[in-house]
Amino acid sequence: MTGATAVARTPLLLGGLLDWVLDDVWGTVLDALAALTGVEMLSYPFMQRAYLAAVCIAVIGPLVGSFLVHREMAMIGDTLAHSAFAGVAVGLFVNATFALSVPPLLTALVVAVVAAVLVQLLVDRVGTYTDTSLAVVLTGAFAVGSVLITATDGGIAVGINAYLFGSLATVTRENVGILFAMTLLVTAVVALAYRPLLYATFDEVGARAAGLHVGRYNLLLVVLTAVVVVAAMQIMGVILVAAMLVIPVATAGGMRGFRRSVAAAVLTGLVATVSGATLSYVYDVAAGGSIVLVAIAVYAAVGAGRAARAPVATAVQTLRTARTVDGRTVEADGGAGPDGRD
Amino acid sequence: MAVVDARDVTFGYGDTPVVEDVSLTVEAGAFLGLVGPNGSGKTTLLALLVGLRRPDAGSVTLFGEPAHSVADGQRVGYVAQDATHAGGRMPVTVREAVRMGRYPHRPVGGFTADDRRAIESALDRVDIRDLADRRVDRLSGGQRQRVAIARTLAAEADLLALDEPTVGVDAESREAFYGLLAELNASGLTVVLVEHDIGVVTTHATEIACLNRELFFHGDPETFVETDALADAYGGNQHVLAHDHP
Repeated sequence: MTGATAVARTPLLLGGLLDWVLDDVWGTVLDALAALTGVEMLSYPFMQRAYLAAVCIAVIGPLVGSFLVHREMAMIGDTLAHSAFAGVAVGLFVNATFALSVPPLLTALVVAVVAAVLVQLLVDRVGTYTDTSLAVVLTGAFAVGSVLITATDGGIAVGINAYLFGSLATVTRENVGILFAMTLLVTAVVALAYRPLLYATFDEVGARAAGLHVGRYNLLLVVLTAVVVVAAMQIMGVILVAAMLVIPVATAGGMRGFRRSVAAAVLTGLVATVSGATLSYVYDVAAGGSIVLVAIAVYAAVGAGRAARAPVATAVQTLRTARTVDGRTVEADGGAGPDGRD
Repeated sequence: MAVVDARDVTFGYGDTPVVEDVSLTVEAGAFLGLVGPNGSGKTTLLALLVGLRRPDAGSVTLFGEPAHSVADGQRVGYVAQDATHAGGRMPVTVREAVRMGRYPHRPVGGFTADDRRAIESALDRVDIRDLADRRVDRLSGGQRQRVAIARTLAAEADLLALDEPTVGVDAESREAFYGLLAELNASGLTVVLVEHDIGVVTTHATEIACLNRELFFHGDPETFVETDALADAYGGNQHVLAHDHP
């Protein structure tokens, strides 16, 4: 009885937490900010929801993406997004055919997680190369989705559009709630599994020899990716959701230290999602697309900045090396390429 | 006590036998050089010895337990063939990479004074303290090898298993690296080294195991040089090999 009561109370608790975060904390802060800056849209409830969603996506995307990118699994987000799309189609199809009301996000999550496990199985057991496995699952999932949509004479095609391209305006309170809960969950899991995940990403064989259950952590990572993709899909859209797993991480690739690079990636993600959401509202254009374009602009600017700095850094280093009597160069590296061999 | 005890170990990939009926004991404090021609199963045998693979037949015990299920695997430091490429372009610093050695001991929670001491001492022992804040991917092959060793030292591993660790490392750094291994071995660390350069192994190792699918020899380097084990293991090419690798 007690257990059942506790389970029944969980959504209530989460709902209460969401109310508190969204209205009392987030709403109050943004209202104050709106009053302070005179930017009226900050006080609109739907924009407040949109900004909270933007912050959530900016946190969990790069957090999980940092491990994916360095395993050369950048495209897994895309694969799982297409699988989530198939999952949405399954949900809408089941609802249309059997007059049920299963939330499409739930079927999306289930199908994406199954796809994640399938990709990992293909890589582990069948020995298929990772990118081949990803391509097989990606196209297979999209094929399932397209077949299901047409199977209902196009009846569910309208509903699917919102998932394909994403939207800020349609972010409901419920969706933000789900995204917020997923963000707490993903952040907590990554925080707990940070060390094994990092070790397995850096040197998988070494980690296995050191007694880590690398297989479990690989599986955990792909399942986390599925959760992130489904959580962010409604705002970013199926086709663009993978961008937040990859672009901020690539932007932060020049940092010194993994922890710092994760923090920088989240920061880059925040810049992209918050300004993207703002641009999307101001110019009435797609949110996902705006966010991705800002993210790519930041990536290009950081890349250009680094490229411009490199010759200067090299020149400084040459000068310092010339001054070093014993020929040892141990000064900081600033992205100037290979240096200081012993 | 034997650190590793392999009994009648046989292993194959599909129908292709790679290691056949090998029995081998590595005592604590040994420096075992594992040699053999290309494709002789050296890398596979090393993986079997440290529990990365399970034998098809026979058994391997590591610290007295079945190798594949050793619970405190942190006692094994394994440096793979491509360790100099570990992490690819990851923005990991040398200190972060060495800290990873402590991760199996402390998967979550803050590091204790003991953890920090082990990390700092590892940086010192392989002489990379001045590189601690550099990115691993910006180091030379020789420096990266030292980082890999420091990680196993931070783990306070009792057994260091290395698979051709100096591939792609320049000659000078290679000499220094083998000097370091000998030093670590002298301080009590058990070392198993897979190496194609027989000259290097006979100079530094205290024991040689010569493999070509089966074990052809296991004993001290002096005896190894005098016997026909090399010729037997390498087939008819022993003269060419002896000439190329004095």
